[in-house]
Amino acid sequence: MAREIYQAIVDGILVGGVYALMAVGLTLIFGVLDIINIAQGVLVILGAYLSYQLSVSLHLDLFLGLLITVPAMFVVGVVIQWAFIRRLRGRERTSMTLLVTYAVALIIEGILYEIYGPNPKQLNASYVQSSVHLFGFYLPWIYIYGFALALALVAAIYALLYRTTFGRSVRATMQDETAARLVGIDVNRVAALTFGVGVAVTAVGGMMFGATNAFNPNSGYDLISRLLAIIILGGLGSIGGALVASVFMLTVESLVDIWSPEWAIVVFYAALVLVLVIRPTGFFGRRPVRAQ
Amino acid sequence: MSVLLRTEEVRKAYGGVHALDSCTVEIEEGSVAGLIGPNGSGKTTLFNVITGYAKADAGQVYLADKKITNVTPDKVFALGIGRTFQLTRIFASLTVMENMLVASPNGRAAARRRAMEQLEFVGIAGHRAELAGTLSYGQRKLLELAYVLVADPAIILLDEPAGGVNLSLVNHIADRIRELNAAGKTFLIVEHNMEFVMGLCDQVTVLDSGAVVAAGPPAIIRTDRRVLNAYLGEDLDPADEENPADPGKPGDPGPGEDA
Amino acid sequence: MTGTALTGTVSRQRAAAGLGLIVLAVAAIMFPVVFPSPVTTNYAVYALIFVAVVSAWNMFSGFSGYISLGQAVFFGSGAYAVGIAARDWHINGVGVFALLPLAALVGAVIAVPFGLVALRVRRHTFIVITIAVFFIFQLAAANFSFTGGSVGVSAPFLPWSPTEFNDRFYYITLACAAAAVVIAAVVRRSRFGLQLRAIRDDEDRARGLGVRTMRVKLSAFVISGAITGLVGGVWFLYLTQVQPPSGFDPLFDLSLVLMAFLGGLGTISGPIIGALIIEPGQLYLTIKYTNGYASEILLGALFLLIVLFVPRGIVPTGGEWIRRLRTRGRPAIPPASQRAAVPSGPRSEEPATSDEGRRDLKAARRRAGDRI
Repeated sequence: MAREIYQAIVDGILVGGVYALMAVGLTLIFGVLDIINIAQGVLVILGAYLSYQLSVSLHLDLFLGLLITVPAMFVVGVVIQWAFIRRLRGRERTSMTLLVTYAVALIIEGILYEIYGPNPKQLNASYVQSSVHLFGFYLPWIYIYGFALALALVAAIYALLYRTTFGRSVRATMQDETAARLVGIDVNRVAALTFGVGVAVTAVGGMMFGATNAFNPNSGYDLISRLLAIIILGGLGSIGGALVASVFMLTVESLVDIWSPEWAIVVFYAALVLVLVIRPTGFFGRRPVRAQ
Repeated sequence: MSVLLRTEEVRKAYGGVHALDSCTVEIEEGSVAGLIGPNGSGKTTLFNVITGYAKADAGQVYLADKKITNVTPDKVFALGIGRTFQLTRIFASLTVMENMLVASPNGRAAARRRAMEQLEFVGIAGHRAELAGTLSYGQRKLLELAYVLVADPAIILLDEPAGGVNLSLVNHIADRIRELNAAGKTFLIVEHNMEFVMGLCDQVTVLDSGAVVAAGPPAIIRTDRRVLNAYLGEDLDPADEENPADPGKPGDPGPGEDA
Repeated sequence: MTGTALTGTVSRQRAAAGLGLIVLAVAAIMFPVVFPSPVTTNYAVYALIFVAVVSAWNMFSGFSGYISLGQAVFFGSGAYAVGIAARDWHINGVGVFALLPLAALVGAVIAVPFGLVALRVRRHTFIVITIAVFFIFQLAAANFSFTGGSVGVSAPFLPWSPTEFNDRFYYITLACAAAAVVIAAVVRRSRFGLQLRAIRDDEDRARGLGVRTMRVKLSAFVISGAITGLVGGVWFLYLTQVQPPSGFDPLFDLSLVLMAFLGGLGTISGPIIGALIIEPGQLYLTIKYTNGYASEILLGALFLLIVLFVPRGIVPTGGEWIRRLRTRGRPAIPPASQRAAVPSGPRSEEPATSDEGRRDLKAARRRAGDRI
């Protein structure tokens, strides 16, 4: 029994790494741009399908394929922001971004259905099935790569935000859009690029998710709801928080899964509600989550 | 005259910035008190602490003899302290009359009557059916004053009531304040407009870097060297030295003129 | 405002509105008579269900500004409540309708803890919490045995012919829709509604002025939940079954928010227009393209068009067009200070407001004619 628990914890941590890859982009967008990007789930799936297509048509290794999918998804993100979200203004802006991104998600989902149909696919590579046997635990290689990648990405985004001029513009815009404009920051460009970065990260998450799960166009719903829960828990806009929350939530789910698989996912959401009752800012909430 | 509002050694820091530093201010009942000081001296922070929008790190706030430190804004309002904001806060999608009714405690007809009284008093009654969001800046200031008055507060804190409005409106506001004061209301006013303050206030307190540097009637304050230092800094024209024994150099074309 | 000209306009407007309402009521009542086919009344029933639910949603979210994407929680719970009660208490036939108040009660009772948790957080987070709670309910419904798991619950049989069935449900849903709209209108005119709208504009300031914000928000949330729960019960009886994905359907919430936005957030007639336009269209697409994917794309595209081009909704935008038509030919900038401009700092527009000034203003207004 103890062995099962430890394995579950290990599994939770590793899977949490994969989810962190997907959540980090979402929290960046949410935290910086005040945009609730519901399409993030479907975009992950889109990333997975892109990796799938590349591996099937060009026989590219999954990680190598990222060199193509990441820029591609970056462009997709920029286009979405520039074409649809940029125009949204006014008091209801954040709620409108939710509707708009949901609409975009529906469209992308529909298109994916038309192209690929409802049958599940999964990404394959030699290392996907194999694991390393360490201290009596099974650690699938793919998850280890994923976790390492997640850490690397988090570090990279931190570096981007805190050590580059662009990052400074992003943080300035987040604090006060008008003031940022006044000092010459092209707010629209910053917004588009940030959104692009947030979506580009999903290419990586998509590849990881697709390698570790069977997916079809419908998988986006379940994914986005989990991701939303994770970033709220971790604190909107907190990159590190997204990482911690991912690991935490997935570990909890993994543990509950031992006892009851059906309830595991419910516990996921219940944990969110519970934490918010106790600590409305989430783990690392930078901005107050309280009612204003 | 008893003291109606008093802060005692209030401290408030935002991170490393000491916005308020042992700030002790006394407002007498029935007076019109002014609070002046250069930008960043802590005037609005003091307002925020008094009215519950900011928590004091140390010190106390007293209303008459009652300790009201860190009481929430709605309770502050219920205790009879009204407050306006530097950037006017009105309910933009409600009409002017509806704005008034939000603050009104009593029943429908009585509330409307009282609201109309206040609107007429400040002079925007004609706009009562218009959306507050369409009002000009000056009209918004008047609206804010009106809806604060609706609850008949004993003391009213005005944050830059004359800021950014034209001369006739400034006089209009000053007249209203005098009328209300004659009827027994106490005022504490933050302002940069020196003529306004000097012409209206019985008592002026000067803040600099979060601490009180001077307090007294306007005539004394306007020539106080410390006040001028606070506004203008230390290097002033030595030819207008007020206090020859002091190595400091005060002096300025006209006393009481804002920098 | 003074002047008999203005009073005349107002009473003319009121008379027109009243007449319009009567015409509408007659048309609504006569509808199944004029269009007796069950296919048509089916569309009407669904449209009316959404009128009711969107009005209830708008009454809370539209007024307070807290966008809820969890109304399906109440809808599905109401549906399940009626189904489970009918099953466990062995109620058959027309008696099932007596269970509808239970559905409303269930909706209200769920809203209380839901609201207490969700309404303490910022608006963005509120939306996400409603989504999370929605998923909790959907998953719980699929996992619990008393809800029938993934099979769900079925309604007792009603011994009515298809035409009778649809006709009767038409009037039932019409009554629900009318009640929801009336409640929303009453709330809007009330002091309670005023406080809600103040919360939407500046919650902190409202609280500072003595508004009991939590109490107000929660009350609106509970009322909205009760109505939605009731309509959920009606829907269950109409469809005769409920399962987790249909009772707790993510598209349900999205559709109703879209209808509210299309009609105009925070208005009374907005939900009606939005629901009447979108729901028949959506239903048609679902029926025509049963494989579902094309309808999703179209729905998504429709969302985008609406949100981008009619962002404030039909009713406010329409009102503006009407106003523009009416004031055609009048000076764009009315005489001095009558129409306040956008607030500017030093360049204040406020003229002298002395008595003489006030008299001048009145004269200027009369010269410019009445404004809407």
